[in-house]
Amino acid sequence: MKKLAISSVAIATLLAGSLYAGNGTLRILTWKGYTPKALVQAFEKKTGIKVKITYSNNEEMIAKLRATRGGGFDLAQPSQDRISSVQKKFKIYQAIDYSKIKTAQLIPSMLKAVKKNTLVDGKSYAVPFAYGTSGLIVNKKFASGAKDYTALFNPAYKGKISYRLKRPTLIAVAFALGYDPFAAYSNKAKYIKIMKAVEKKLIAEKPLVDNYWANGDSLLSMLRSGEVVVAMGWDGGGWKLHKENPNIDFVAPKSGALGWIDTFAIPAKSKNVKAAYQWINFIMNAKNAAYFTNKSGYGTASKGATKFLKKEIKGNFERSFSKADIDNINWYPPVPAGLESIEGKVLDHIRAAN
Amino acid sequence: MSKIKWGFYIFLIPVLLWLFLLIVFPHIDLFVNSFRSQNNLGDSIWSLANYKAFFSDSVYWYTFVRTAVYSILVTFLTFIVTFPVAFYITKVVSVKFSGFLALLLLMPFWVGELVSVYGWMILLRESGIINFFLLKMGIIDTPLKMLYNDISMIIGLVYMSMLFMIVPIMSSLEGMDDSLIEAASDLGASKFTIIRKIVIPHAAPGIVSGSIVVFMLVLGDYLTPDLLGGKNALWFTEQIYNEFIASFNWNEGAAFGFLLLALSTSIIWLALKITNQSFEKAVS
Repeated sequence: MKKLAISSVAIATLLAGSLYAGNGTLRILTWKGYTPKALVQAFEKKTGIKVKITYSNNEEMIAKLRATRGGGFDLAQPSQDRISSVQKKFKIYQAIDYSKIKTAQLIPSMLKAVKKNTLVDGKSYAVPFAYGTSGLIVNKKFASGAKDYTALFNPAYKGKISYRLKRPTLIAVAFALGYDPFAAYSNKAKYIKIMKAVEKKLIAEKPLVDNYWANGDSLLSMLRSGEVVVAMGWDGGGWKLHKENPNIDFVAPKSGALGWIDTFAIPAKSKNVKAAYQWINFIMNAKNAAYFTNKSGYGTASKGATKFLKKEIKGNFERSFSKADIDNINWYPPVPAGLESIEGKVLDHIRAAN
Repeated sequence: MSKIKWGFYIFLIPVLLWLFLLIVFPHIDLFVNSFRSQNNLGDSIWSLANYKAFFSDSVYWYTFVRTAVYSILVTFLTFIVTFPVAFYITKVVSVKFSGFLALLLLMPFWVGELVSVYGWMILLRESGIINFFLLKMGIIDTPLKMLYNDISMIIGLVYMSMLFMIVPIMSSLEGMDDSLIEAASDLGASKFTIIRKIVIPHAAPGIVSGSIVVFMLVLGDYLTPDLLGGKNALWFTEQIYNEFIASFNWNEGAAFGFLLLALSTSIIWLALKITNQSFEKAVS
């Protein structure tokens, strides 16, 4: 009886193991659009490694890896500001061995910044992949005056406004209200005060919002159809729409676009670390990185990619960002532990308010 | 004798494994977790803080009650919509067609919840099909906002739950003798009286089990309220998701999960008591 129980458990685990074994496969946990099909196919052909992709976002990546204590995936792509505090608390990543990365392919200043921001106990945990900003996506035909986040509270666009109920919105509104939330990261009491002010503002302006968008695709379709004319969103998405409809474009807000860098990080229980490094080196190759940028519109951390970029992609950046706008970008510093629960409560209050 | 026992165990073991590894143990783990929280130093301690947080912040209460009220409403609406259909298919239409009609009811479920919800979004949105025809026909000048409010959410929820109500009602109506209805109308009973005194009591077990299933599904749904609901439509399941994913507070999320479990159980218990039905009869 006991034998049977043991053997059936053994069979079950064997079955599960063979289904999910990392042998010859690379399981990537990433964002939509970060693994273009053509590049995946080229990689599979070149290395014989099978690539399995799971789409996610920062919060879900952390939750998934936390649940498995860093297992289930061989490579993840969190934003650089969401790594160090998570790593300190949950130990879900393993340190990067930079000798295995072709660092000559990367923009040195960006590598340095990511290394510094993901430093935990003397070791760094990430390699830069892509960067971009959050700001406004505006349909200039109907909302030519939208220059800052405050346009999201302009009654003239009532019912045609959309933003995401996530932490970037809270940070952006805090900047628009004249606070500096990044400076308050280390001072919890002050941060709570700022978030309370943001909460009050967003609840007061709630009647103007059409809806809170939940994923990038749904936002783009609302802007495309004209249901929304002012939204907070990512630059890549805005530029994508500009190509289809010249009236729509990304606008860098006056109080500062929010700059993010997404990275590669290797989960603690990655079963195919070798393939993970291979993928990083492959995708950061100048030509491949340029292919990614040409397709998605997001900037790449690959050094040589600029010369392979399409003209319109370069044009996008110059059109939306003046010199002053670039200096104005607020780059996310690492998020210290404990802020998420403060923001979570604020977001709940806004969502439930009438 | 021993042979039979072996066979019994071989079939029993997978069931027990399933039950304990995937249902009982995770629940125990969550239950334990719901009583743990972090003190100021970041250490994990035993406390009731997670449950206290629920009662101290009115937002949680508000969402909780809202979810319960809307779930009851949706269950009731689903019953109103499906009962005539079930009656029509089992009693009115000829046997030849009833199978075909039942099949038609199944069709939306072949594509799954997500696709159905997106279908509704295409219909209802400002640039959607209904608005397009209304504009073309000159009935309205500006598109109506039909999506992202409580009504669109209820439409979606009712649509998704219809099948789970209609099947049990149909099976209990099928067992009803038609001559009862004939006898009642021969004796001069009005249609309303026939439905109230004969049809409904006969269908009661089906209605109860259908209602329980629909209520549980709606209360625990995440997708439809999230996609079709408006900016105010916070469902309690979303709150649990937020605790786990956005706030990284698994302990609080676990506590909310158990509160939801307690809520659904007590509402069903109460509903059974009020309508004088027994759970055993409904699920058999």
